[in-house]
Amino acid sequence: MSETVERLVERKYQHGFVTDIEAETVPPGLNEDVIRLISAKKNEPQWLLDWRLDAYRHWLTMRQPDWAHLKIDPIDFQAISYFSAPKSDKDRPKSLDEVDPKLLETYDKLGVPLHERARLAGVAVDAVFDSVSVGTTFKEELKKAGVIFCSFSEAVQEHPELVRAYLGSVVPVGDNYFAALNSAVFSDGSFVYIPKGVRCPMELSTYFRINAINTGQFERTLIVAEEGSYVSYLEGCTAPMRDENQLHAAVVELVALRDAQIKYSTVQNWYPGDENGVGGIYNFVTKRGDCREDRARISWTQVETGSAITWKYPSCVLQGDHSVGEFYSVALTNNYQQADTGTKMIHLGRHTRSKIISKGISAGRGQNAYRGLVKIGQRAENARNFTQCDSMLIGKACGAHTFPYIEVKNPSAQVEHEATTSKIGEDQLFYCLQRGIAEEDAVSMIVDGFCKQVFKELPMEFAVEAKALLEVSLEGAVG
Amino acid sequence: MLSITNLHATVEGKPILKGLDLQVEAGQVHAIMGPNGAGKSTLGNVLAGREGYEVTAGEVLYCGKALLDLAAEERACEGLFLAFQYPVEIPGVNNTYFLRSALNAQRKYRGEAELTGVEFLKHVREKLDVLHLDQDLLNRSVNAGFSGGEKKRNEIFQMAVLEPRLAILDETDSGLDIDALKIVADGVNRLRSKDRAIVVITHYQRLLEYIVPDRVHVLADGQIVASGDKELALKLEDQGYAWLQEGGIKAVAG
Repeated sequence: MSETVERLVERKYQHGFVTDIEAETVPPGLNEDVIRLISAKKNEPQWLLDWRLDAYRHWLTMRQPDWAHLKIDPIDFQAISYFSAPKSDKDRPKSLDEVDPKLLETYDKLGVPLHERARLAGVAVDAVFDSVSVGTTFKEELKKAGVIFCSFSEAVQEHPELVRAYLGSVVPVGDNYFAALNSAVFSDGSFVYIPKGVRCPMELSTYFRINAINTGQFERTLIVAEEGSYVSYLEGCTAPMRDENQLHAAVVELVALRDAQIKYSTVQNWYPGDENGVGGIYNFVTKRGDCREDRARISWTQVETGSAITWKYPSCVLQGDHSVGEFYSVALTNNYQQADTGTKMIHLGRHTRSKIISKGISAGRGQNAYRGLVKIGQRAENARNFTQCDSMLIGKACGAHTFPYIEVKNPSAQVEHEATTSKIGEDQLFYCLQRGIAEEDAVSMIVDGFCKQVFKELPMEFAVEAKALLEVSLEGAVG
Repeated sequence: MLSITNLHATVEGKPILKGLDLQVEAGQVHAIMGPNGAGKSTLGNVLAGREGYEVTAGEVLYCGKALLDLAAEERACEGLFLAFQYPVEIPGVNNTYFLRSALNAQRKYRGEAELTGVEFLKHVREKLDVLHLDQDLLNRSVNAGFSGGEKKRNEIFQMAVLEPRLAILDETDSGLDIDALKIVADGVNRLRSKDRAIVVITHYQRLLEYIVPDRVHVLADGQIVASGDKELALKLEDQGYAWLQEGGIKAVAG
């Protein structure tokens, strides 16, 4: 009763604002009218609307994939609202005092800087700190280098020719069920363009971490690296983000032209559900990079510790001769989390090389599957792949699974696959204890050692955070 | 320093130690010999607090404390060190980092200041030379890819760095050639001191030529069946263990 009164009081207080927001929200359900509405709201050109509708029509003919080693409760796509404006400040916590203390405890353990905590916890932005000056400095510096880095919506308005040229060129609208859905309804995301010969003057993470607040449920990212350019992009954050959406279906497309290099790192720590497997994010992502010309290089590094279900295969299409694709992954599942993740390396050009280092850690009742495809096309003379795929089990109720697929159509190919599964050894644990190291420290030390090959691919400050994140995620997994 | 009375222990329900008694004073080196399966390694593991080894009866006093009441890491922090028969590999964990974490955990437990990286390296370098170990060993992963001999030397190196009060060496000589054996023995001998006790578990008398024990015990079927001075080891070398098991002799002069 009193809540209702309070709400009424507040509503009156910010009357105009609230009405405005309500008009911005589309009722749940998906059909062509909804897509037209989204496109219109975003003031998109006709070609983009047509592209969305094309994707939607594809999606209608498709079925949700069921081949992954995952148990997924049915998703009611008509129950989702496909366009909602950002949450009004009214619905957000007003200060850190109103935030779940458990979340704050985690920030503390992760060493998240104080000024970032409020933003991550979803505290109303203007109450947090003034990020404008910092953001503007970065923007100036990028502009000087000719780098375009903006929201996807902004790119559609400001650089339509670039978006049109590359959107869907790596992940076509009908690529897979979730990519088709994303193409039809994507809300926003990031756009990056690095001009010819430019080395992006900063890790794009720095800027990103200060500015990105609500990345949305159907995120779309497009990165284009022109001839001879270089960019390192970091997505996500080690700290848990406040998020109400259950289904996340993002698409990321990378295009690397001649001699260009893209490093894309992800740290994913969305809500994994509670200890009993209730709640948590479904993370169904399509990520693909295209080494479109000679000597292009794309490398994916991911540390996945969040989400109830992860379905994700960042891949590389190696078209250019001498192009290189890399995939470094740490995936951790604890409690009832499930992950089916890996990569695809498609070798089409000559002398193409790929490297896959995958580390899966399962604890509690977690299920962790590596699924990887290495395909060597007919014309891919002297293609090489090296795959190393290690699994670590902590406890007795978890599972690790490996599904490697290898297709070779050129006899000159060299493909190596190594796989190991180890239990976090009672031997290793006792060895540490016997030297005086406490159990919790011992476990994180052993796990950190296991993941070292991947962590060293992350930007320095993030490697430290990733390590702390793993420790937090594994809390209570042993003993 | 160590007083074991009527110790009984089982592994997976099977009795291994059956009423073992042993007294070790500070400053002494004791050798425990015996045939395979007598319970030698079990004794080391029970004292170190390994899971899966269940004590069913008996008492162990260590520096006046009830050892069996302490968790494994507490025993280590109290200065009990076990040199493993099969040292464990921990891939990706830097040897220096591992050892410094261990030493600092122990120092913290004792209320001493933790060592900085620089202080630690200084402490460690001296010990490396004693064991004829290369500097690069510090930067390698714990035991990963080490040869058998390197692993054993690394154990004694860790012991030298951690400076325990009671060290139990579980078959540290197995798999070592004569040169490595001498180096290991030299490392151990340098650690002999009036405040420290060392228990050497071994199958062969060979090691005892280089680490001369104050006392020698024979462990057979879960009990100490004979104790004596270093002459006992020679006799065992000569005559094997059979005469003890058959005769059931409880003590030999010495």
